[in-house]
Amino acid sequence: MRIAVFVKQVPDPSGAGRLDPATNLLVREGVEVVLDPGDAYGIEAALQLAEASQGEVVVISMGGERALEVVRKAMAMGAGSGLHVFDQRLGGSDALATARVLAAAVSRVAPDLVVAGTESTDGYTGTVPAAVAELLGWPSLTFAKHLELSGGTVRVQRQTPAGHDLVEADLPAVVTVTGGINEPRYPTLKGIMGAKSRPLEQLSIEDLGLDAAGLSPQQRVVAVAPAPQRQAGRVVEDDGSAARLIADYLAELKVI
Amino acid sequence: MGLCFDLTDEQEAIRQTCGEFADQVVAPRAAEFDRNQEFPYSVVAQMGELGLFGLPYPTAVGGAGADFVSYLLALEEISRADAALGITLEAGVSLGIAPIFHFGSEQQRERYLPELCSGRGLWAFGLTEPEAGSDAAGTATKAVREGGEYVIDGTKSFITNAGTEISRGVTITAVTGNSGGRPQISAIMVEKGTPGYRQAPPYRKLGWHASDTRELSFDSCRVPIANLVGREGGGFGQFLKVLEGGRIAIAALSVGVAQACLDASLGYSQRRRQFGRTLSRFQATQMKLADMATQIELSRLMVWRAGLLVDQGQPAGRFAAMAKLQASETATWCANQAVQIHGGAGFMEDLPVARYYRDVKINEIGEGTSEIQRLVIASHLLGFKGSVSSLLEGPGTA
Ligand SMILES: Cc1cc2nc3c(=O)[nH]c(=O)nc-3n(C[C@H](O)[C@H](O)[C@H](O)COP(=O)(O)OP(=O)(O)OC[C@H]3O[C@@H](n4cnc5c(N)ncnc54)[C@H](O)[C@@H]3O)c2cc1C
Ligand SMILES: Cc1cc2nc3c(=O)[nH]c(=O)nc-3n(C[C@H](O)[C@H](O)[C@H](O)COP(=O)(O)OP(=O)(O)OC[C@H]3O[C@@H](n4cnc5c(N)ncnc54)[C@H](O)[C@@H]3O)c2cc1C
Repeated sequence: MRIAVFVKQVPDPSGAGRLDPATNLLVREGVEVVLDPGDAYGIEAALQLAEASQGEVVVISMGGERALEVVRKAMAMGAGSGLHVFDQRLGGSDALATARVLAAAVSRVAPDLVVAGTESTDGYTGTVPAAVAELLGWPSLTFAKHLELSGGTVRVQRQTPAGHDLVEADLPAVVTVTGGINEPRYPTLKGIMGAKSRPLEQLSIEDLGLDAAGLSPQQRVVAVAPAPQRQAGRVVEDDGSAARLIADYLAELKVI
Repeated sequence: MGLCFDLTDEQEAIRQTCGEFADQVVAPRAAEFDRNQEFPYSVVAQMGELGLFGLPYPTAVGGAGADFVSYLLALEEISRADAALGITLEAGVSLGIAPIFHFGSEQQRERYLPELCSGRGLWAFGLTEPEAGSDAAGTATKAVREGGEYVIDGTKSFITNAGTEISRGVTITAVTGNSGGRPQISAIMVEKGTPGYRQAPPYRKLGWHASDTRELSFDSCRVPIANLVGREGGGFGQFLKVLEGGRIAIAALSVGVAQACLDASLGYSQRRRQFGRTLSRFQATQMKLADMATQIELSRLMVWRAGLLVDQGQPAGRFAAMAKLQASETATWCANQAVQIHGGAGFMEDLPVARYYRDVKINEIGEGTSEIQRLVIASHLLGFKGSVSSLLEGPGTA
């Protein structure tokens, strides 16, 4: 069993993010960067599946030079090898270009399963894993809060507002996991020391057999507006009808 | 390569991982362990799984294969969250494992190191005695050879990590004979459970409440001759070597506590308001913060410098003593300033600075007091090569 896991390096979410006024994109240079916290769950899920099946985990990331750190971190947690797509021309990629690149990387690794986060902490489109699945023609299973393999199938509990759906698909498939699925382990210190001796490939666009021309961004962030200030709340004096008013209000919001 | 303060990728990753572990796992429970005077088995087990106890030892003996500087970085991070766990780690690695790793026989290394490096077992180091503290060579504990065994009689004071449920034994120094009228000191391993070896109930201490400290007694305690570490009479030289690494480690622990004091003071002084402004707006507070940060930086550089010498296989004795002196006195001073900045709240156990203040003083005492560090440094300056006893008694001009 070979499991590929997507990991993305993002600006530290606990820091104050800054936008480049020229491009309206997040500034990634000169800021603290970390493994996307959401991807730690994906790594843990992949490692658990691999441990249960004597399989191996391959880390895949597309990103700048420093993204190598998150690939190494995943390897220190236990992944056996890594693939880092690093190409200056990919700076400014949109979700579709990212998905094209990642799909090509997946084809090269030829895993039985791809595990990814539900959405990244920075870009937050939540579209990349499904797009990768589409490009590969593989089933896409999202919002997994539980994940298991048996034979040639993957079965997930797909989180819904009401509870969960039980969804099954044949392998190979792409699965995105939610934050509640597990408790990610720390990299072991021995793993950190050993990470450099495990295979790690750094590939360019051409190495993946892609054409740079087909990867230019199709979308542009035209304007960025601050979130509106919160309005003052509505005060309801209770003259006996307050309960009714509040219930109507909540129903209007579709909360109840 | 010339002077360079950059950490390697591995050192940086180890520091970051230990920092996260310290913040997420250790810090939230440190006050509780301190209050209950409770040895934190669950956290120690997690530290073991992380690989902390075998960090600077090769993978062949069950270690993580990192260097000594990495271990110092880890120790600073853990101690920033909890100095008591810091000393549990330090005593395990620098006092428990180091003598076995450096001087033990192949059999001893195979028998003990894998378990100790995994953190599932702890080993202690017993040097100090009721009548032999700073003058550690004045040991009165005796080990007399009888057939294939040593018969040990004596008492050891203030020993760390000997009495927990995962403690496996202790390496002690004992007099095994005389050579030229001088007592011959040897290091001998005693497993827990050996008849005649007893651990007293824990001491009541000013700080380090979550760390295990006990008096040990040996009453006609018999161990096989094979428990000798290194050669007979080699004990004194061994413990000087062990303390060289140990002192740098205590310095790293001290830097961690000092950093915690600064972090707490930075936070509090920007929150607490008096006279219509935050404490951080008073120049008197700013001077304290700046001095703390400067002394901490200096101490950390001395720790790294001494640690680098160890990694390069060079003698580090003088720099180890200097680092420990500087860092431990800085830590005590910082804890004092931190409580002062916190005012009355700093005296209350609701905030961690009160614990830092109680935990910090011991760094100026354990593994050689500040006075002894100064004597070691002076002995190097005056040509006695780090030997305090030669400095005090030997022939020469000092
Ligand atoms: C100017 C600019 C610079 C950029 N520089 C970088 C960069 O330095 N590093 C970088 O990673 N991306 C970079 N990108 C690409 C881009 O930010 C996103 O990777 C892409 O748009 C994905 O969208 P998203 O973040 O909304 O992903 P989502 O769909 O929200 O992500 C869902 C999951 O998909 C996986 N995933 C998403 N993106 C990647 C990825 N790149 N590698 C591996 N797994 C992934 C993760 O598991 C993630 O949890 C850059 C984009 C721009 C515009
Ligand atoms: C919590 C704790 C844990 C410990 N853990 C261990 C352990 O695991 N293993 C172990 O072997 N020991 C351990 N120790 C013992 C520690 O190393 C000794 O306490 C320390 O070396 C000082 O010895 P002492 O207490 O006998 O003080 P003393 O030697 O009695 O010193 C008293 C004072 O006299 C000063 N002094 C002594 N000689 C001189 C001199 N020549 N010139 C100037 N001043 C001098 C000292 O600096 C000190 O201020 C521990 C101690 C504590 C408190």
